[in-house]
Amino acid sequence: MSDVTNVEASSPVQAGEQAAKPQVAVMNLLAGEGPRADSPLAHAELGAIAKQSDAKGGVCLQELKLLGHLVLRGDPNNQSFVAGVTKVLGVALPAALKTEVIGELSVHWVSPDEWLLIMPAKQAFQLERELRAELTGHYAIVNVSGGQTVLRLTGPDVDKVLCKSTPYDVHERNFPVGKVVTSVFAKSQAVISRSGEEAWDLVVRRSFADYLWLWLQDASAEYGLQIKG
Amino acid sequence: MFYIYCPYCQEHREEEEFHAAGQAHIARPADPDNCTDEEWGDYLYFRKNPRGLHHEMWVHAAGCRKFFNMTRDTQSYEIKEVYKMGEQPQIVSEQDSIARGTA
Ligand SMILES: [Zn+2]
Repeated sequence: MSDVTNVEASSPVQAGEQAAKPQVAVMNLLAGEGPRADSPLAHAELGAIAKQSDAKGGVCLQELKLLGHLVLRGDPNNQSFVAGVTKVLGVALPAALKTEVIGELSVHWVSPDEWLLIMPAKQAFQLERELRAELTGHYAIVNVSGGQTVLRLTGPDVDKVLCKSTPYDVHERNFPVGKVVTSVFAKSQAVISRSGEEAWDLVVRRSFADYLWLWLQDASAEYGLQIKG
Repeated sequence: MFYIYCPYCQEHREEEEFHAAGQAHIARPADPDNCTDEEWGDYLYFRKNPRGLHHEMWVHAAGCRKFFNMTRDTQSYEIKEVYKMGEQPQIVSEQDSIARGTA
């Protein structure tokens, strides 16, 4: 099935344009009406577990599935890059180890020249187009929505589960709300951000999602694990 | 275990997050087609193995994924300094400073 309306050249080179932008094929990765999109944890049927069990516990897990994930790369010392991104996002790019949240969009610092933008799936294609229209020069945007998923952990005992899972110090004095780090998690990796006193988000790789789901069930067992659909 | 300061994340992290990536400051011959076999062989295969101060590359593999340099004492394992790619070490051994012509 070819859906040409979903593919476009981001900036057609027009005759006489001074600094012609390179042409990039930008594709809407959303499955649309036809094929069904499955989250990496579709097989775990978290929704069904949530309905069957009213277990209360110290840890609550919810998959924020099928969100839009964009990796944005560029030089933070490049004024036009920073200004362009700020204009489109409506918020300045966060400095090291910080997360900015504006409405439904969260912007995570990942590396000095890399940020992870997470938003509702339907906004990703539009945001990518807006960024490409605004930015010039050396930058990169990659839609990685299909490659990772977000696990939200809430509850009074989440910090204890994290202590078992990552060598990073998650104590309040080292890991305040609004901070984000990429670190080792179980034997995998995760982008770990603290969105509230008792609320943490893990961005994990698709291929590790099942392993981490099993890990989190085991690590949370002693506190009681509640699943939110 | 090392507790390593990443100059890009600007904080200390566990060694588990890093990988050692060999000797730092290896200069590729500027004109490979016209260098001798010995020069090319030295560049490709020969590495220092000092007892004492050593300059190494490390990568923050599970973190920001950036490479950086470290000056480390191979005898005591003490990390003397870390510095970004493209920067020069502040702490150098006597032989190093002679080799660099800065002594
Ligand atoms: Zn780092």
